[in-house]
Amino acid sequence: MKFIRLKAIAKKELLQIIRDPLSLAMGFLMPVLLLFIFGYAISLDVDDLTTIVHDLDRSSLSRELVADLTASRYFKVVRSAGSPREIEEYLDAGRARLGLMIPGDFSRDIRAGRAAQLQVVVDGSDSNTATIALGYIAALSEIYARRISGVPLVPLIEVRPRVWYNPELKSRNFIVPGLIAVIMMVIAALLTSLCIAREWERGTMEQLIATPVTTPELILGKMAPYFLIGFIDMGLSITMATMLFGVPFKGSLFLLGIISAVFLFGGLSFGIIISIVTKSQLVSSQISVVATYLPAFLLSGFMFSISNMARPLQIMTRIVPARYFVAILKGLFLKGSTMRFLIVDATFLLIFAIVTFTVANRKFVKRIG
Amino acid sequence: MSAEKLAVDVEGLTRTFGDFVAVDHINLAVRQGEIYGFLGPNGAGKSTTIRMLCGLLMPSRGKGTVSGFDIITMSEEIKKNIGYMSQKFSLYDDLTVEENIDFFSGIYNVPASRKRERKAWALSMAGLENKQELVSRTLPGGYKQRLALGCAILHEPPILFLDEPTSGVDPLSRRAFWKLIYEMSQSGTTIFVTTHYMDEADYCDRLALIYRGAIIAEGTPNELRRKYMAREVLEIESDRLGDAMGVLERNGIESAIFGSLLHATVEGGGQAIPRIRELLGGEGIAVNRIERIEPSLEDVFVTLIETS
Repeated sequence: MKFIRLKAIAKKELLQIIRDPLSLAMGFLMPVLLLFIFGYAISLDVDDLTTIVHDLDRSSLSRELVADLTASRYFKVVRSAGSPREIEEYLDAGRARLGLMIPGDFSRDIRAGRAAQLQVVVDGSDSNTATIALGYIAALSEIYARRISGVPLVPLIEVRPRVWYNPELKSRNFIVPGLIAVIMMVIAALLTSLCIAREWERGTMEQLIATPVTTPELILGKMAPYFLIGFIDMGLSITMATMLFGVPFKGSLFLLGIISAVFLFGGLSFGIIISIVTKSQLVSSQISVVATYLPAFLLSGFMFSISNMARPLQIMTRIVPARYFVAILKGLFLKGSTMRFLIVDATFLLIFAIVTFTVANRKFVKRIG
Repeated sequence: MSAEKLAVDVEGLTRTFGDFVAVDHINLAVRQGEIYGFLGPNGAGKSTTIRMLCGLLMPSRGKGTVSGFDIITMSEEIKKNIGYMSQKFSLYDDLTVEENIDFFSGIYNVPASRKRERKAWALSMAGLENKQELVSRTLPGGYKQRLALGCAILHEPPILFLDEPTSGVDPLSRRAFWKLIYEMSQSGTTIFVTTHYMDEADYCDRLALIYRGAIIAEGTPNELRRKYMAREVLEIESDRLGDAMGVLERNGIESAIFGSLLHATVEGGGQAIPRIRELLGGEGIAVNRIERIEPSLEDVFVTLIETS
């Protein structure tokens, strides 16, 4: 392997990227845009539940309950209904997800020391949100009851929860690191998926394979500028995650750099393989998006927990490289994991990189047809 | 052949694509330092042959050497010792002239000490001095072609393979290009060149005519004219070429239209002239002029194809 030849290829490739606005946009704009859109779009937090209240009691006690509801960030009272019929209409139309009916004898029951009734109607079409909403309402009424009764209830068992790693339980903290892994997987493969096919399509490959350039020189040379772009993208993503989305980064940047390099190497090699096999830019880019995005999105544990999947799917996730990178990034961001905890996942990424690079070299034949 | 080392020496070279035989058992012996022309119509198998010689395409059958290296097992060694210019002048059209030269200079591993000199040489050869900042896409065909040639020989290879180097280039640039080729062969470079322009055949030291994958004639341009043109060529000028051709064909005289003239191939030109005048006159076709001419290689080629 001659460094001078590798350098010539890398320089040429870099010049071509710089002169091609589309390549530049794909290299730098796309990951930033994707992270921006997905980062804001995907949230599993249940906040500001639209609520419609029908207060038949109209007492100071019932108003206090509604005020508690309004003050909490979990509920947003959109309407004070004049009739039970209105609650139904609002839920049907999707204008509210929760309906609260305070019966006329609400304050009388409380004052008499009887258990007061509170009717809650919830839109169960999104079962996850409905479950969470009911939990919120139960907790809220519990706190309210304790306050107005003036008697500090002493429970038999007091649970004192402490949430580690993501104490505010913000879903964004858990989604964004995984999202970076998914986006980087797609970008890495997409970037290189064009570079071999382009030479075949433009007819320059025929000239290139008539020279003494060797396959590793060609592949490494072509990967080099994209590796640089991928690394810059990683930096941009981490910056956006911490500055824009406020996700804490607790781990070592050095470790992140090393593991990202291994991951990128594998992802870029994967794109090269697709490019070599298809010899067409259009087919190659489509295949690389489908082949990386779907598994990375669905089978990486980025959103859907792997332990909840059916057994065959769980086994399939083993061959999805994004799975390991998702785990590593979540560890580095939220737990501040050290190498000791990341070594297994990192080893899988290394294996992926070695296998894809080897296959890329084997698949490339310096001949026509 | 004698003890003289051959630049290209192949036997029974064959390439099939499915049922189609693109190149059918051809033998080639190209001496060092000669300009060897490989002539034939489009689709005759010229590019397929040149690609097999350059190690770009695996032959289906056959064996041989290029620059002393086995074409089957040592194609990578061959690639170090040849320059190859494909039909499309495959430069990177989004790179500048200089960036293209630098790229191929790196790929061919031109030593640092020779780099500047070779770049200056390539620029002057292509007539692109002080134009190194131009993007290749914007260059006219002739410049592109010479730049591609320059890039293919930065490493001063002993053998140069040119696949249709003059197609799509204006006549003046073509002439200038052949002058360059001639100079290179004078300094010892072997040149293997394919073309479908018959008028370029005379620039070559030796020629092979390829038709439907097989070599149908080989020799120097003069040998080909003598050997394969035992018959003579008459040039006929008439206002009714098509009709005249029909009359001749009906009387068993081979003829072909060359521009605004008709070429008839005959035995014994002296007696044929009055006979043709008589034949055409009988049909009321006026002959403005009829005379014997030196057969061009195109005549040779047409005759060979008709008899093969």
